Amino acid sequence: MLLLLLGIIVLHVAVLVLLFVSTIVSQWLVGHEYAADLWQNCTASTGNVHHCFSSSVNVWLQSVQATMILSVIFSVLSLFLFFCQLFTLTKGGRFYITGVFQVLAGLSVMSAASIFTARHLEWHLNSDYSYGFAYILAWVAFPLALLSGIIYVILRKRE
Amino acid sequence: MLRALAPAPAMAPGAPSSSPSPILAVLLFSLVLSPAQAIVVYTDKEVHGAVGSPVTLHCSFWSSEWVSDDISFTWRYQPEGGRDAISIFHYAKGQPYIDEVGTFKERIQWVGDPQWKDGSIVIHNLDYSDNGTFTCDVKNPPDIVGKTSQVTLYVFEKVPTRYGVVLGAVIGGVLGVVLLLLALVYLVRYCWLRRQAALQRRLSAMEKGKLHKPGKDTSKRGRQTPVLYAMLDHSRSTKAASEKKSKGLGESRKDKK
Repeated sequence: MLLLLLGIIVLHVAVLVLLFVSTIVSQWLVGHEYAADLWQNCTASTGNVHHCFSSSVNVWLQSVQATMILSVIFSVLSLFLFFCQLFTLTKGGRFYITGVFQVLAGLSVMSAASIFTARHLEWHLNSDYSYGFAYILAWVAFPLALLSGIIYVILRKRE
Repeated sequence: MLRALAPAPAMAPGAPSSSPSPILAVLLFSLVLSPAQAIVVYTDKEVHGAVGSPVTLHCSFWSSEWVSDDISFTWRYQPEGGRDAISIFHYAKGQPYIDEVGTFKERIQWVGDPQWKDGSIVIHNLDYSDNGTFTCDVKNPPDIVGKTSQVTLYVFEKVPTRYGVVLGAVIGGVLGVVLLLLALVYLVRYCWLRRQAALQRRLSAMEKGKLHKPGKDTSKRGRQTPVLYAMLDHSRSTKAASEKKSKGLGESRKDKK
């Protein structure tokens, strides 16, 4: 029982770390001599400011940023709720709210990564690039968060 | 002396610890004690405008003196990559003087109001060549010492949506929806539990009534009770419902007690 609990917490923290790292680290797109991420994309290529900012570009990039932030928020909230429910839940109860928020975190990071995959060409004009590790971490975080959320929902509390 | 006066407000808090020479310290000390005489001018850091559309360059100031009649505003323009700043606008003695010959000929409009400490101008019909730095300078005699403030103009084909609008909208929207749903779920659950509790209470009241005063209306209640029991039993376990309905009256009463 204790081992299971520990495993769940470790999984959750791992998801949280993955989300944080992929949100912050500037390795979403790496190219010949640059690396771009969610935050420093346009300012990095200040040589041509006029083409860097374009409304459609900004909108999609901002929604990626927003969904990544949301996933972090949901995951943190989920961890918090888990500890709350751990002490308040009656015996045999399920961690519904915790699980729901963790699943939401997974869905958010999935939508962020999907939007980025589909739309990054709109603001990333350099054709010489490949995906960086932060992008991959975001995709790894998605199934892990989903798994962790499902485990929460399935799990019953035992005293 | 005048040069030293200008940055004084910014330096003053950290001055005693970092002043290298006693003379400077004394100077700063006297400056701190004397009422601040510097005028402070405020503008945006940068403004964005679309080609062909107007843009407003805001300029305001803070001064220790009352706004005098001799107040003057000066806007200077330094093209992007250029070295020299040229005056493009001057306001003095209640009269705006507008650039009549330069690049901003007939494109500048005075929209400020000295009474409100506002020295804003509008530049109409923007062009890419207008990219550059605009400097606002205010003199409010006798308060004439102070730094100018600069605003950088960027001209775009299409003005980008302001950064953070979509970001904030998405985060706020999703969080709002989730919270709303959560509240709704809890409300429904709360109502459901309350209804259950009320049902339970009514049921026990009926039982009591039946036990304590087996009067004339017993038969009516007796007819109603099994139906209610059946409802409750369905909600708990459908399997046991039928047999409880038939013989469960006595048992249930025992449970309740």
